[in-house]
Amino acid sequence: MAYSDKVVDHYNNPRNVGSLSKQDPNVGTGLVGAPECGDVMKLQVRVNPDTGVIDEAKFKTFGCGSAIASSSLATEWLKGKTVDEAMAIKNTDIVAELSLPPVKVHCSVLAEDAIKAAIADFKKKQAEQQS
Amino acid sequence: MLKFPIYFDNQATTPVDPRVLDVMLPYFRERFGNAASRNHKYGWEAEEAVELARKQIAGLIGASPKEMIFTSGATESDNLAIKGTAHMYREKGDHIITAVTEHKAVLDSCKRLEKEGFRVTYLPVQKDGRIDLDRLRDSITDKTTLITIMAANNEIGVLQPIADIGAMATERGVLFHTDAVQAAGKIPFDVNTANVHLASLSAHKIYGPKGVGALYVRRRNPRVLLSPMIDGGGHERGMRSGTLNVPAIAGFGKAAELCRLEMTAESARTQQLRDRLNSRLHARLDELYINGSMEHRLPGNLNISFAYVEGESLLMGINDVAVSSGSACTSASLEPSYVLKALGTGDDLAHSSIRFGIGRFNTEEEVDYVADKLVSVVSKLREMSPLYEMVKEGVDLSKMEWQAH
Repeated sequence: MAYSDKVVDHYNNPRNVGSLSKQDPNVGTGLVGAPECGDVMKLQVRVNPDTGVIDEAKFKTFGCGSAIASSSLATEWLKGKTVDEAMAIKNTDIVAELSLPPVKVHCSVLAEDAIKAAIADFKKKQAEQQS
Repeated sequence: MLKFPIYFDNQATTPVDPRVLDVMLPYFRERFGNAASRNHKYGWEAEEAVELARKQIAGLIGASPKEMIFTSGATESDNLAIKGTAHMYREKGDHIITAVTEHKAVLDSCKRLEKEGFRVTYLPVQKDGRIDLDRLRDSITDKTTLITIMAANNEIGVLQPIADIGAMATERGVLFHTDAVQAAGKIPFDVNTANVHLASLSAHKIYGPKGVGALYVRRRNPRVLLSPMIDGGGHERGMRSGTLNVPAIAGFGKAAELCRLEMTAESARTQQLRDRLNSRLHARLDELYINGSMEHRLPGNLNISFAYVEGESLLMGINDVAVSSGSACTSASLEPSYVLKALGTGDDLAHSSIRFGIGRFNTEEEVDYVADKLVSVVSKLREMSPLYEMVKEGVDLSKMEWQAH
């Protein structure tokens, strides 16, 4: 299979690989996918409590090159966005940016799910803190 | 000097040996005759080449030349052996026994027969990839006409106990067909010592050309008969009509002869290279899982799962090395390898598997390059793998609740 230049670039130079502390109340963690399906993404965001803006995003992905590229791209896009703006990222944006073929669309869906799961986790933590 | 991409996929196909090509070329040029032309020199030359090849191929497997039927390849040979005997012996019985790790040419031929009303038993394999002989014995009924079990598996290189199967089949009066495509030419394979009645062979797995294969059909003790699938001029004792592919057959013959003469030295060398690759990987990487028996295995084959790393991303990182993966992402079906699943390998490990097929033209320098490259790519991908991180933190992945998608 031929990969687009952008997928190859993200695979060779993945952005924001790593982990943030799950204990940090300002960090939301999303873990989606399943090992037996061949894709697992962990995506984390840290939200600045004063501004509501995502100031750090990290990922780790078990999956094909397109899955790695989708999550790497997602972390790039998340930084500097508000939580609401982050929720508006669509998998089709990722497909377009990385020129993913139809058979790899599920990688972008997983990345969108990971974003949503990370934000949901962050919101849950915030709600728990306030209560 | 290394030449890229390094070819480590010799279970898929092999390059044509230059000595084989030299034998073939005259039959494309001046000796272009039809082997069935009985009344001129062109025909005689072609026939002579075919008969020499028949002898050379028979010599590789301990058969008589008259027992070799040329086909378009092993897929056709498997089809002809299975459907041809099923139809020929239908009066006698309607039951066939095979195994779940067989090549698709065998499994799909059996499935076709099931649609026609035949009954097929698909034997499971044990964790090491071999069938259980007791289970085979229990599966044989008085309606069983054929057992078809491969000699060596194309993905994991595991050798089946064909001599035991052959003895059992003979004792019970059942025919035994073996797909010997991966085994013949790589390890000793003799149709008499193994009591084989039909055997499929392919030229392109033994440094011969693509598009030609053979089916060994035993002529005595017992004499095996087949219903042909292709009707026509009655070539190949009426079992397979069609003008013979003379240049390819000549090359197949030479390839078989070279294997017969060089097998002992070559298999020792490819096994040594395989073991070197294996030990170099194990020395520097943890959590490697070998798929299938190491003891009963083709000399040049290694199939390893690199846990917590997905196969396609691994292939992307070693794109200057030609290998195969059992990962779903690399197949058309989007399902991980059915062979690995049959061993009880979890889907996660099947997704992480790489098949290395080391062959005649590989070198120690290539092995060292591939090992170094794999160590660096696997290490990098594990740094990026949430699964590896979780395991290192002490999480039991099997107890996690994953959301399948």
